[in-house]
Amino acid sequence: MATVAAVIASTHHPFYYRASTSAGPDRPPFADEWVAKIEAFRQTLTRAEPDVLVMVGSDHFHQLWLDNMPQFLVGKAPFFDANWYNEEREFGLPRMRLAGDEDLAAYLLREGLDAGFDLAFSNELRIDHSVTCPIITLRPQADLPIVPVYTNIFAPPMPRPSRFVELGRALRRMVEAWPSDKRVAIIGTGHLSLELGGPRQFGPHGPDPEFDRKAVAWIANGDVDGCLGEVTLDSLHAPGNATHGFMDFMLMMGAAGDGVKADYTDSLDLFHTMEAYFTWYPEGAPS
Amino acid sequence: MSKYLLDKFLYTVDRDPDLVERYRSDPAGTVEWWEGEIANSILNCHGAERSTWLAFSEEERRALRSHDHVALFGMGAHPFLTLTLFIAMFERDHGPLEYQIAYARAMEHITLPYPDIAT
Repeated sequence: MATVAAVIASTHHPFYYRASTSAGPDRPPFADEWVAKIEAFRQTLTRAEPDVLVMVGSDHFHQLWLDNMPQFLVGKAPFFDANWYNEEREFGLPRMRLAGDEDLAAYLLREGLDAGFDLAFSNELRIDHSVTCPIITLRPQADLPIVPVYTNIFAPPMPRPSRFVELGRALRRMVEAWPSDKRVAIIGTGHLSLELGGPRQFGPHGPDPEFDRKAVAWIANGDVDGCLGEVTLDSLHAPGNATHGFMDFMLMMGAAGDGVKADYTDSLDLFHTMEAYFTWYPEGAPS
Repeated sequence: MSKYLLDKFLYTVDRDPDLVERYRSDPAGTVEWWEGEIANSILNCHGAERSTWLAFSEEERRALRSHDHVALFGMGAHPFLTLTLFIAMFERDHGPLEYQIAYARAMEHITLPYPDIAT
């Protein structure tokens, strides 16, 4: 059976690429610290020696639109082109192409459907920065095949937080049962408190530092019950109008396991939003 | 009122570099053209297979024609779509982050709960 080499949860900050590659007067003052934290985080994936990456993220109204909106979708294709004109325009993100692992995608679709998750699928999916940001930060050589798993954290009505946790648990079980000798890293990205297009956006910190502090503790401690006890679809409006992206972190808490503390935790307070990075090693930390 | 149609306008303009420039320079003309030509197109279908029922209210036309992001927010247009498109159109006229901060300041009278964005 396959091995879950690592479970990784991260924010996906679209400005990292530009901040980390800029020089001279264009380089923001926080770039060096940010790059150092990302390079340390990257080592946590490198040390796990993965063969394939399951990438949990969310399409930001790029290919998925309100005339045909899936709640959860698995990409099954030999390749995934990546990043979109408006991401190039606003964030300076490069065009990319990633290989897909169709065997694992087919397995997750079959087993997921049989486990009660009516997963949609796509055989031609252009992925966006929710998947490419963690490739840029964690695996910039982009040399491993991926299976993208998209969630709807963007367009109500959305599944409830508990459903995200359940899908994370199911993904973990399915990967562990995949008849393969490959080492799989399950990587997912979301947000802490975040406001986009509202009065609290682009402040000196994230819109709700108190929520961020609690959220980092829930994730770092694997406190699924504590998190589910406080977080609802309604409550997520309070910390910032785009905070439903936190449900992808909750999915990753499900994948990491109830009560399982992260082996690696880091964060970085930036303007507009807080960055947070977590890694779990189900087999024990590699030497 | 159709939040869906407002979102469809913002979505289809934002993803097309030519339309972004056209909407920036000629908002009234772009909104009129878009409502006549695009509003009822089903995005993944042949052009002959059109919807028949989608139209803006006059209030929605006014908000779009006047680039009024605060009014769009109040109508429940998806804030991510509005922000992304408006950054594309107007960030270039300002210093770093000036536009994003002014965009927020124009909305500082708005309190929770925000308008519902469900479509």
